[in-house]
Amino acid sequence: MRFIDEYRDKALARRYIEQIAQVTTRKWTLMEICGGQTHTIVKYGIESLLPREINLVHGPGCPVCVTPLAMIDKAIAIASRDDVIFTSFGDMLRVPGSKRDLLSVKASGGDVRMVYSPLDAVKIAQQHPEKRVVFFAVGFETTAPANALAVWQAHQLGLRNFSILCSHVLVPPAIEAILSSPANRVQGFLAAGHVCAVMGYEEYLPLAEKYHVPIVVTGFEPLDILHGTYLAIRQLEEGRIEVENQYSRAVRREGNVAAQNLMRKVFEVSDRHWRGIGNIPGSGFRVREEFSAFDAEKIFNDVATIEVQESPECIAGLVLQGINKPHECGAFGTTCTPEHPLGAPMVSTEGACAAYFRYKREPTTERVNV
Amino acid sequence: MNNRSDFDVAAGFTCPVPLQHYPNVLLAHGSGGRLTHQLIEQLFLPSFPNEHLAPLHDGALVTMNGVRLAFSTDSYVINPVFFPGGDIGELAVNGTVNDLAMCGARPLFLSAGMIIEEGFPMEDLVRVVRSMQSAALRAHVQIVTGDTKVVDRGKGDKIFLATSGIGLVPDGLNISPKAATPGDVIIVSGPIAVHGIAIMSVREGLEFETQIESDTAPLNSLVEAMLATQGTIHVLRDPTRGGVASVLNEIAQSAKVGISIAEERIPIPDEVRGACEILGLDPLYVANEGKLLAFVARADADKILQAMKEHPLGGQAAIIGEVVDEHAGTVVLKTSIGGSRILDMLSGEQLPRIC
Repeated sequence: MRFIDEYRDKALARRYIEQIAQVTTRKWTLMEICGGQTHTIVKYGIESLLPREINLVHGPGCPVCVTPLAMIDKAIAIASRDDVIFTSFGDMLRVPGSKRDLLSVKASGGDVRMVYSPLDAVKIAQQHPEKRVVFFAVGFETTAPANALAVWQAHQLGLRNFSILCSHVLVPPAIEAILSSPANRVQGFLAAGHVCAVMGYEEYLPLAEKYHVPIVVTGFEPLDILHGTYLAIRQLEEGRIEVENQYSRAVRREGNVAAQNLMRKVFEVSDRHWRGIGNIPGSGFRVREEFSAFDAEKIFNDVATIEVQESPECIAGLVLQGINKPHECGAFGTTCTPEHPLGAPMVSTEGACAAYFRYKREPTTERVNV
Repeated sequence: MNNRSDFDVAAGFTCPVPLQHYPNVLLAHGSGGRLTHQLIEQLFLPSFPNEHLAPLHDGALVTMNGVRLAFSTDSYVINPVFFPGGDIGELAVNGTVNDLAMCGARPLFLSAGMIIEEGFPMEDLVRVVRSMQSAALRAHVQIVTGDTKVVDRGKGDKIFLATSGIGLVPDGLNISPKAATPGDVIIVSGPIAVHGIAIMSVREGLEFETQIESDTAPLNSLVEAMLATQGTIHVLRDPTRGGVASVLNEIAQSAKVGISIAEERIPIPDEVRGACEILGLDPLYVANEGKLLAFVARADADKILQAMKEHPLGGQAAIIGEVVDEHAGTVVLKTSIGGSRILDMLSGEQLPRIC
C-alpha cells in the first residue's frame, strides 16, 4: 500500500533503532502528546525496540479520555430525548458517564448514531427536519476545523435543527500545564503531527524556550515515531533546545491558514475542564455567541446545570500527566478493564490504559518500568 | 495560559464511576468478542451443563448408536441482505456447512428457519431462497426441514435466517480447539478481513477503486482435501465474527497454550488494508466468511499447505504462526517492524477512532 508501507519498513526501522541506540548515553523521558501516537507505539511494540534508557510516557492527547464526565452526562441527557438524533464519532459511544454510556442509551431506545464526519450529521439534519440533530464535537485542533465547517454549513443552509455539543481542547495549554507542574519529569515532547498540520508549530516555539524542552512535531506511522524519537534524543544529548518538524510531509510552519480562519469564525478560546486533570485556563474552544443557535448547551439549556463529581478510584490524571504508567494503577486489569472501565483512558483504543491492556499486559511488560 | 495555581497535581486527579453491570443487552454482546464470551460463560454454559456444549466448538460432537455426528446451528441477521459477493441466503447455508466442516464432519442435512418482516418484497424472498438452493447444491447438502414466521412491519429487519445442520464425523478424527499442541503450525486458508470490509463498505457507502466482494464459500471440500493428506490436523476454525484475533485467543485459552503470530505473514489484500486504514479498523478483528484457520502437526504442515494451495479456496493459504510452550492462554504478535505485543480478544464492538 503506497504512502503507508514506506513508513512501516522493517529495515528502515532497524536503522533508526540503531541510530537511536548510538546517540543515547543516559536516561531520557519523552512524552508523545497524541493518543494516535500512543496507539502506534503499543501496536507496533516500539517500546520493546528502544534502548532501556528511553522512557516514553503517554500524554493527554486522547480526546475521548479528557472529555469531562459532566460533558458525557450532558450528551447522555440530550441523547435520551425523544426528539433528538444524537451523532458521535465511534469511540465516544462507550465512554462511561456517571451512570451509563451512550451505547446504553441506544440499547434502551435512544436514537444514537455513529458518524465518520460531522458533515454526515448535517446531512442527517437535512433528512430529518422533524428531529433535532446533535453532534458531539470533541477533539483537539485536529477535529475542530471539520466541526467548525459543520456549523458553518448548517448556518449557510439555514438549518434550524442542527447543533453541536462542543467540548474542544487545545494542545499547547496542556503542554504548559504539564511542564509547569512541580511533579513534571518530561524532558522532551513528540508533538502531535495532525494538530500541527492545522495549527502549524509557531505556538510551540515560546514553550520550548521557556521550559527548555525540545519539541519535535511527529507523525503517526512507526517510522515517524522512531524518527521523532531520534531527533528529540539527539537534541537532548547535544544540549540543543529547538522545535523540529519531523512530519514535514504534512506540516508547514504556519499550518493550514484556511482551516484556522474557519475555526476562529465559529469558535473562541475558553477555559476547559479536562477529565482527570482539572481546569486548564484558555485550553479549549466554545461556540461563539453569534452561532449560539448551533450550540447544544444553549439549546438544551436544562443540561447546563449538570455537574458531577468524579470518583477518586483511579489514577487516570497521573497517567495522562505521564507521572504513572497504566499498569502501576492498582485497578489496572483487575477492577478496570475495557468492558468495565473505571477511567476514560481504558475506553478508547487511543487511551493509554486500553492500549496497555490490549497490547502489553504480559509477557512484554518487563521493561516498561520507569 | 500559565496559571500554575489551577493545575495542582496533589489535588488528586479523579476518574469516573464504574459501569459494572449491563442492565440491557448491547450490540457488543453479539460481536463475538469478550462480551459474547461473558454471556456464554456466565449464562449459557451454567444453564446447559453437558459434555457436548462444554468444549465450545463450532458444532457439538455427539455419538448415537456408534455413529459420530456433528450438530451445529447459526443465525443470520445481516444488513444489507444483498451485498457484493453474496447474500443472506448463501451466507446461511455456507455458515452452517462451515461450522460442521470445522468439526471435521461431512455436512449432510440442514434446517432453515425464516423470520420475515411484513412487507419484505416477494421478489427478494425468491432471490434469497434461490441463493440458498444453489449454495446447498454447491456444498452437497440438503435442506430437509424448515419453518416460516412473519412479524409486523418494524418488528424485524427485512429477513432473519437460522440454519442448523448435521454431518458425519469420520472415525478416528479428533478435531477440537482443545487439541492445539505446542509445535503446531498455524495456517490460514487465504486473505483475511474481506467479508467484513465488503459489508462495511456497502453500509457506509464507501467506494473504492475496486469493489471488495465477500468471500463467502462452503469450506467442506477444502477440509476434505486437507483430510485426504492423512496429515495430523488438531484444530480447524472459521474466523467469522471477532475475526482472526478473537479465534486465536479462544483457541489459546481453550487449549491452554501460547500462540505466536507473525504479522507480516498474514495475507491481507491491499484494498482491504486501505479500507481498514480509512475506517480506523484492525483487519485482525474484522469478520471473515469462507476462510479457515488450521492448527496442524509441524511434520505434516508442508503437505497440508500444499493440498490447500491446490484447492480453489486455498490458493493463497499461508503459514502465519505457531503454537508455543510459553505464555499459555495468550496470543503474541510479532509486529511488522520487529517488535512484539499481545494480540487480545476484541473488547466490545470495534469502534472507529476519532482521529
